[in-house]
Parts: sequence; C-alpha cells; structure tokens
Amino acid sequence: MERDTHFILGVYDDEDVLLHAVEKVRGSGVKIHEVYSPYPVHGLEHVLGYKRSKLPIAAFLFGMLGTSLALTMQFYMMKFDWPMIIGGKDHAAFPDFVPVSFEMTVLLAAFGMVGVFLITSNLKPWAQPRIFDLRSTDDKHIMAIDIANNSSLDLDKITEILNESGATEVNKKSFE
Amino acid sequence: MAHHGEHHYNLDQRFDFTASIKKSIMTVLVIGAVLLGIGVVMAMTGGHHEEGAEAGTHAFHWYERLYASLWVNNVFFTGISIVGVFFFAIQFAAQAGWSAPILRVMLSLGSWLPIAGVLMLATFFVANHDLFHWTHSYLFDKNDPQYDKIIDGKGAFFYWPMEKGTFPVFYIARMVIFFSFWVFFFTKFKQISAQEDQLGGSSHWFKMRSWSAFFLVFFAVSSSVSAWDWVMSIDTHWFSTLFGWYVFASWFVSGLSAITLIVLFLKGKGYLEMVNENHVHDLGKFVFGFSIFWTYLWFSQFLLIYYANIPEETVYFVERLESDIYGPFVFVNLGLNFFLPFLVLMTRDAKRHGVFLKLVCTILLVGHWIDFTLMVQPGTLGHNGGIGLLEVGMFLVYGSAVAFVVLGALAKRNLIAKNHPMLEESYNHHI
Repeated sequence: MERDTHFILGVYDDEDVLLHAVEKVRGSGVKIHEVYSPYPVHGLEHVLGYKRSKLPIAAFLFGMLGTSLALTMQFYMMKFDWPMIIGGKDHAAFPDFVPVSFEMTVLLAAFGMVGVFLITSNLKPWAQPRIFDLRSTDDKHIMAIDIANNSSLDLDKITEILNESGATEVNKKSFE
Repeated sequence: MAHHGEHHYNLDQRFDFTASIKKSIMTVLVIGAVLLGIGVVMAMTGGHHEEGAEAGTHAFHWYERLYASLWVNNVFFTGISIVGVFFFAIQFAAQAGWSAPILRVMLSLGSWLPIAGVLMLATFFVANHDLFHWTHSYLFDKNDPQYDKIIDGKGAFFYWPMEKGTFPVFYIARMVIFFSFWVFFFTKFKQISAQEDQLGGSSHWFKMRSWSAFFLVFFAVSSSVSAWDWVMSIDTHWFSTLFGWYVFASWFVSGLSAITLIVLFLKGKGYLEMVNENHVHDLGKFVFGFSIFWTYLWFSQFLLIYYANIPEETVYFVERLESDIYGPFVFVNLGLNFFLPFLVLMTRDAKRHGVFLKLVCTILLVGHWIDFTLMVQPGTLGHNGGIGLLEVGMFLVYGSAVAFVVLGALAKRNLIAKNHPMLEESYNHHI
C-alpha cells in the first residue's frame, strides 16, 4: 500500500473524551506521536505513559556546579589573588562565603534548568515548529499519529480506531 | 485526575490503642526511667571535680543537670504540642483541602498542652535560681557587689509590677496566659470539630476558620515571647532579635516530624486508607522546606554575630563552639537538622515513600532535641553539661509519656473529621 501521508490526526473537542480516547487508542496498539492541546490537560501525560522529567537532576548538577564555582572563586580571590583582612577574620573565612555560594547555586541551577529545558524541548529561536493543526491553539485537541511508527496497522484501521474513540474528524498531514 | 471515581471509605474508623502498642510505649518509658535513674546516680556520685571555687561562680550541684534536662524537654515537647494546634489552624486559615483526613492527628498533639503547662510552671518554681540567673535578687540591689546594671535594665520584663528581684509576676503571668489561651483554643477547636461530626454542614468549617485566625494572631506573638522567656532569658545578658523565630522553626520542624510519623504509623496499622503517597508527599515537602527554613534562621543568627564580632553578642557562640562538650554538638546539630534532611528528602521519591520519611523524621526529632539542649545547657550548666544517660533517659521518659497521652486522645474520638466539607477534595488530591 502506498503511503502518501506521514501523520494521521485525530481532532477532539472535549478533554474528557480526549483522555479516554488516548487510553483506547493506546490500548488498540497504536503508538501516539504526540497530543497537542490549547491548555494543559491534567492527567494527559499520565495516560500517554510519559516518564517523569529528568529536569530536577539537571537542576541539581547545575546547582552543584554553582556551589563549586562560587567557593573556588571566593577562595582564589580572598586567599591567593588579593588577600584582605575583613573584620579580623582569616583570609579564607568560610562562613562569609556561604551567602555568595548560596546565590550562585540558585542562579546556576535556574539558568541551567531553563537552558536544558529549552534545548530538550527544541525551543531554540531559529527552530521551525511543525504545526499539525492551527486549531490546537484555539479550541481543539489534536492527537498526532506517525504512520512510520505504526507500520503493522493500515491507514483505514487507524482511522477507524480514531473515529471510534470519539474524534470529531480524522485528517492527514505531511511535512516536507 | 481525570477519573473521579466514587470513594467508599470507612469514615467512622477509630484508632484502637491496643494493649500491645501500650506495652511498647511503656517499655520505652521503663528503659528511659532506668537510664535516667543510672544517670542521676552517676551525677550524684561525682564524675565532676569541685570547680565551683572559681571567683563569682557557685558550686555545681548534680540536681542542676536534672533541672536543665527537665527544662529542655518541657520546652521541646510543649513546642511539638502547640505546633500540632498551630498546623491545624493553618489548614483552616489557608482553606486547605488536602489535609482534611489528617486534621485530627494534628489536633491530638495539643492534648499534651495542659500537662506541659503544669510541668513548666512546677519546674520553674523548683529549679528557679539553678536555671535562671535573673532570679537572683542581688543582681538588682545597687549596693550589692554583684549588682548587674544590664540585667537591672531588663528587670521590669520579669518582675513588673512588683519590685525587681522579688516575685517575677510578669514572667509567670505570661507563662500562665500563654498556656491558658493555647489550651482554650485547643479545646475550642476540639469542640467545633466534635459538633461538626454530629451535625455536618459547612457552618462549622467557617466557625473554625474564624477561631483559627484569632489563634494564629495570638500564636504569632506568644510563640516569639515564650521563646524569649523560656529559652533566651537563660543567657540573660545576651539577646538576638530573631531568636523567637529560630525557636519557632525548631518547634515547627519537630511538630511536623511528629505529625508525619503518627500519620505513617496509623497508615501502617491500616487506618487512614484515603491518605496516599500524594498526602505523604505534601508532609514530606513541609518537613524538607522547614528544615531549610530552620537552617536559614540558624545561619542568619550565626553569620551576623560572627561577622560583626561584638563581644557581648559573640559570647553565645564562644560558649558553644569553643567548648569541648558543646563544640562537636554544634556540628552534629547542623548535620542532623540540615544536611541530612536536605540531601535525603531532596528527591520526589524520598518524600513519597514512608521508609525515608520515617527515618528522617525520627532523626529530626532527635536533632531538634539536641538543638534545644544546646540552647539551654551552656547558660545553665556551663562546663558541667553534656548529653549522657540522664539526658537520654529523660528524653525517652518524656517522649513516651507524650506518645501515651497523644495516642490516648486520638483513640477517644473518630480518627477522621467525617463531615469536613473538603474530604472529597482530599480524596482526589494529586500532585
């Protein structure tokens, strides 16, 4: 059979129908590429079977990097580069370093987290987003199914499954 | 969640305070009492050199250690008790729904308050001069060689309207007023909650919210002032403007740990089946967050004093950090109360699984008890302090007595506020 489209789109206009549809479609053995919705749908990532984000690990590592950089910087400056006696304390007085280390930890954790999020979500400024259906920014939920990932099922079968699951329309979409 | 199912939980469940639970608590109490007894005998029969000959200091008596230990536990367990009531009131003031099934657990901690008040008053009158330097009348006598101008200046805070150095009316009045109002609010909350069980409807919830607001205003002032009275006044010359919040933070973490442990204990016994990992997660976040809050206050107090380096302020930390007895405990304190909960409870999984929380909360209770020991002992016992059998025994005796009273109170009524308007919301709590 000739495949002249790359994606099949199920269009849904109700979030409860969508959530049950995702379960039904996945239950029939169809692999869902992604679901696009105009607003966050609570529980959607759960029924899609998504694993939890690893972003907290990135945050922790960047935070540790911030702590180490801040401590290194302060020890180098205060002990070796330009030793100063402040308040009669040692050149390298650890308690004085804590506030700066704390701030650097927070700063790098935040920057690192935002950076990693942008990269992993492909949100670079020059990225060309693939728009499946413009109405997913308005009032429709769009379920995209990549045909290449579902070679065991033919198009008519997938269309039937989507229609049965409560889709108001089923469209085809291809990208260059 | 998308799927709001019907929930059929047993809302009339009661905690069965079985003989075997009572027996385990009594075992801890007896072990504590034995340790305490050995500790007292050891303290009586020496171990300490007679170093009282130093100029200006009095001879050290073994019972001072007993008094200090009593005082530490009085303050610590009063804190846990009142924080239970405080956290209960917060739920209503914040209109929180997630916590509806565990409200009674929080409130039950307050049942120790009346006993705590009596013990606090009694210990004050028995220990008096042995714990509180400011109770000596010669400090206020201008003709006495030991006249103390600074303490004389603060005298009115203890003795008003009486003459300084006589009977501390203002101090005692504050203690009595704080405890009476705390017990009053606790009883009020209990009453409204019981009425709600009988009658249902949302009017009791609104009533509770108003009373909670009044309590929170009163607690905001009384928690700070009681920290000055009961803890900071031991080091009479010294003062710290954030001491009230520092003590409150220590109380709050201990109270939250106690609430979490009781909830996990009840769940382990098969009660509170509507409390799932989402509710436990929230408790874990509170314990985690307020451990960091405690650290923030501890460090804020330390850093400013360290940095400014003014002798009358640094003396507090010199007494602790440069002492062979207390020095190591300062770092144990930070390790148990900051690094441990911070690193162990950082991940989501650790906050959702009872094993980690049970471990951390138990350690936190010990950690904050050490914190209070560090606040009280240096100013009262000096180089005769430390954590030995006496202190550990007293802690176990107090702890098991509190557990007995609290679990007993919990067993008297329904475990769940069955007509709370937000129970349904809490069933569907999902984070």
